[in-house]
Amino acid sequence: MTRYSTDLDVRITDSTLRDGSHHINHQFSVEHVRKIVTALDQAGMPVIEVCHGDGLGGSSHTYGLSGTSERLLIGAAVQAAERASIACLMLPGVGTMDDIRAVADLGVRIVRVATHCTEADIARQHFALAREIGVETVGFLMMAHSQPPEELATQARIMADAGCQCVYVTDSAGALVLEEVTDRIAALVAELGNSATVGFHGHENLALGVANSVAAYRAGAVQIDGSTCRFGAGAGNTSIEAFVAVCNKLGIRTGIDPLTMFDVAEDVVRPIMPDEPTLSRLALVMGYAGVYSSFLKHAFRAGERLGVSGSDILIRCGERKLVGGQEDQVISIAMELAEAQKARATS
Amino acid sequence: MNGATSPSRPRAAIVGSGNIGTDLMEKLLRSKVLQLEYVVGVDPESKGLKRAQEAGIKTSAGGVDWLLTQNPLPKIVFEATSAYVHIQNAPRYKAAGMRAVDLTPAALGPYVVPSVNLGEHLDRWNVNMVTCGGQATVPMVHAVSRVVPVPYAEIVATIASRSAGPGTRDNIDEFTVTTSRAIEVIGGAKRGKAIIVLNPADPPLIMRDTIFCTIPRGADREKISTSIIEMAAAVSKYVPGYRLCGQPDFDDDRVAIFVEVEGAGDFLPSYAGNLDIMTAAATQVGEGVAKHLMGGSK
Repeated sequence: MTRYSTDLDVRITDSTLRDGSHHINHQFSVEHVRKIVTALDQAGMPVIEVCHGDGLGGSSHTYGLSGTSERLLIGAAVQAAERASIACLMLPGVGTMDDIRAVADLGVRIVRVATHCTEADIARQHFALAREIGVETVGFLMMAHSQPPEELATQARIMADAGCQCVYVTDSAGALVLEEVTDRIAALVAELGNSATVGFHGHENLALGVANSVAAYRAGAVQIDGSTCRFGAGAGNTSIEAFVAVCNKLGIRTGIDPLTMFDVAEDVVRPIMPDEPTLSRLALVMGYAGVYSSFLKHAFRAGERLGVSGSDILIRCGERKLVGGQEDQVISIAMELAEAQKARATS
Repeated sequence: MNGATSPSRPRAAIVGSGNIGTDLMEKLLRSKVLQLEYVVGVDPESKGLKRAQEAGIKTSAGGVDWLLTQNPLPKIVFEATSAYVHIQNAPRYKAAGMRAVDLTPAALGPYVVPSVNLGEHLDRWNVNMVTCGGQATVPMVHAVSRVVPVPYAEIVATIASRSAGPGTRDNIDEFTVTTSRAIEVIGGAKRGKAIIVLNPADPPLIMRDTIFCTIPRGADREKISTSIIEMAAAVSKYVPGYRLCGQPDFDDDRVAIFVEVEGAGDFLPSYAGNLDIMTAAATQVGEGVAKHLMGGSK
């Protein structure tokens, strides 16, 4: 079995303070960050991701305005972490190379560059810059369910050649099911060989986060993402505390003690979480129809405001093959549905 | 200006025979103001050069060196190469007395968005066409900022993956940085932000743009809407496929404007509205410069 290092079989990244940003409408405070980073760091979490849910520079009308500037949050995280590395996500087209330079100056050690899984070549300049300034790189192939394993492997190769050290199969829609994860991870491992490692980022929209992550590990992934208390987009991310416990039972070394993680989840993270991410109808629709997880809150809000059904919006998003970043179209679709509804009512 | 074959029409040249140059050629061939005389490239096998030859235009794969030996020289040259190449060519154009309309991101000259500031820079030797997203969205930011102060404006441009060439992909930051700046400088927003998304859906999607402007609470929404509708009509005069999708959406202290840009299908397929709006806007600017050179209106 491939291992992350001599000490760890798998390296875990906690994305509570990044993917969880969607769930709290991008309102994390410096205090939240200090508490969560300190607790995760003490539990032995090797990597903690902190920034706007849509990556560096994501604060916007389109994706949601940050309550506190992400650079303040990132700075606080770097200060609070004694052992853990702080990571940031960035989406080319949303953030820029200036954002990478700025967070590297703040002490961020890992930059994770995310593209839709057919568009890896828009990230070349960002990987090159990160490597040049000595920052570790991770690449995200988002909406990985939408492409077959061979196509994903081709895209992973583009990222690796550009300087990406670990390519993730990113199940943004929480739509992948077991063997679909295995096949994709195996294809990437075969393609990348020694040039880069492979990771997996899962969501709970079909309640498979932990199971998919174990499948990913068994297929050769050495980095796995999750969130504490599933604090994340859609029905939430893979539960880190559950995954750590499962790994412990399977003899997979994560460097994190399960009981300590349960305490972090219950005592530190849950009190900050506005509500539990649930396997609601909307979340299930996302996993089932393959819709980008962070559309959930947008669909819910637009549906409420314009008086149309959130699931109808999401189904339409799936039909139109929207990709991550197209949150603006969620409003446009809701407006169309509202118009159609009005037309039906008056005819 | 009238008379389609008037001999006094200023001569024009296109430098670059790729997709953009060839689409631009189709539009300039229809111009009643400009006379497209030359198309130059660097690849003798280029489809664009062949197509230009068939249309009866003088062509060469000898690039700008060849163009500068021609007599008469063109008065106006459209740069459809790359930022790097344009930076090298620009001083040579000026030395030869040719006005440059730059479709690359080099941005040596001031930005021009025809529906907003066409008349402002007609005297300049070099004007820049911003980006496709800028051409599609800056008019809308201006439509709002001419009614109320706009402290912040943000745009999201979604284009079909197939319409994003290697130039865009190798330097996507160039798009976000240049477009953000044009939102401020030409759009009139105090602070601008631009986002670009590529979507690989098949069949390819038509370019979509969303423009968010922060506006004062209690702003006159009707007046803003009217201004938006008027601006859409002004843009669609030179980009026929430019249209609003639904009404502007007012929510709290922001207005969201949804736009679709369908290409004319001249050379590039109609989903490539992002490329069509660049060539259509450049044609408009070239014609504006031509009229100005002839001492005409504008």
